[in-house]
Amino acid sequence: MNINATLIIQALVFFVVIVITMKYIWPQILGAMEEREKKIADGLAAGDRAEKELNQAKAKVETLIVEAKEQASHIKDQATQMATKIKDQAKSDALAEKERQINAAKAEIEQEANRAKEALRQQVSALAIAGTEQLISKEVDAKKHADLLDDLIKEI
Amino acid sequence: MASGEGGGAGEYISHHLKNHTTELVDGSGFWTINTDSVFYTILTAVVFLWFFRRVAKKATAGVPNKTQNFIEMIIGFIDTQVKDIFHGNSKIVAPLALSIFAWVFLMNFMDLIPVDLLPWLGTFVGIHYMKVVPSTDLNITFGMSFGVMLIVFYYSFTVKKPFVLGYLKEFATHPFESPNLLVQSILAIPNIFLNIVETIAKPVSLGLRLFGNMYAGELIFILIAVLTLNYGWSDAFSFTGASMGFVQFLLALAWALFHILIITLQAYIFMMLSVVYLNMSHETHDSH
Repeated sequence: MNINATLIIQALVFFVVIVITMKYIWPQILGAMEEREKKIADGLAAGDRAEKELNQAKAKVETLIVEAKEQASHIKDQATQMATKIKDQAKSDALAEKERQINAAKAEIEQEANRAKEALRQQVSALAIAGTEQLISKEVDAKKHADLLDDLIKEI
Repeated sequence: MASGEGGGAGEYISHHLKNHTTELVDGSGFWTINTDSVFYTILTAVVFLWFFRRVAKKATAGVPNKTQNFIEMIIGFIDTQVKDIFHGNSKIVAPLALSIFAWVFLMNFMDLIPVDLLPWLGTFVGIHYMKVVPSTDLNITFGMSFGVMLIVFYYSFTVKKPFVLGYLKEFATHPFESPNLLVQSILAIPNIFLNIVETIAKPVSLGLRLFGNMYAGELIFILIAVLTLNYGWSDAFSFTGASMGFVQFLLALAWALFHILIITLQAYIFMMLSVVYLNMSHETHDSH
């Protein structure tokens, strides 16, 4: 248990160990730790920022959606209006066309009827002439005349 | 666990507490080296430096591996402790604290290696006795505490302006001070006396505390080992032999578990007191 030169050697080794630790161990490890700390802090800050941005974007999207919905309903209303308009237009057009066609048909029928009347009238007159010729060429017998007149009347 | 050597318990114990020495100058008491202490102290220093350097070289700010995590835990712990206590601005204090903590821990850890294992292995290379725990050697603990005090003196001399004189002035004017010059000069006598005592007490108590704790711990391990000293391998199957062996196993286990706490605590205390002393060397008492 004597104090001897071991003490001096130990003190020297102690200083060497301190110097090596100070130069080659402590700064490297603590540096890495501090760098990581900074990285983590930066990462967290970036995360916060990203979250904020995300929320902003979400809000923006919301307003955009509302706007789009408004626009869509507006367009829909317009379209409905236009459709109604077109439908009404088509309906009135169709009615007008129907009226026109009916009128045209009526006019044609009338024309046709007139034409038929005319033809009938000509035939009647022709018959009347023929009847009259027969009446004139033969004696007028009341009875026979009556028969003839009946025939005439029937033909007309 | 029993050593095969004959002889009584007293001889066994003193054998284990004897340093292996080499005399640098023949017949000189002081110029002698405790070869075993120096060997194990350098071995533990190399283990510490190698292990930490290995991590420091590959230290990454990215995802650390398990070893780096472990080292960072220690360094983070010491860094916080030092920052709590030491208020000066010095690049040496934190690495010094790490060196002391890790190295003293490793030296103390040698205590947990079975007391006879390394001396027994030593017999194969012709060394017949040695102390394996460097911190049970007063030279080692004093070497470290005096080393710490040298650094403390260095900072005391340089930080307290003017150079050296500032320290000497504080030496004479603290802890008792007075605005009256005459009273102050009388108070210088107890001041100087107290400061001399304090300056001597610091390194001595620092070294003795570690030495005392480790020496006592080692001694208890040796005493536990003495239990089966007179038994050989042949006794392992006899009732007394087996039961004594079992008792020894239980005692050694209990003490070793408890000792894990002590070796860590002593390393921690040595580190903390060194940092406290260094902080004192950086403080100036101008505010008084």
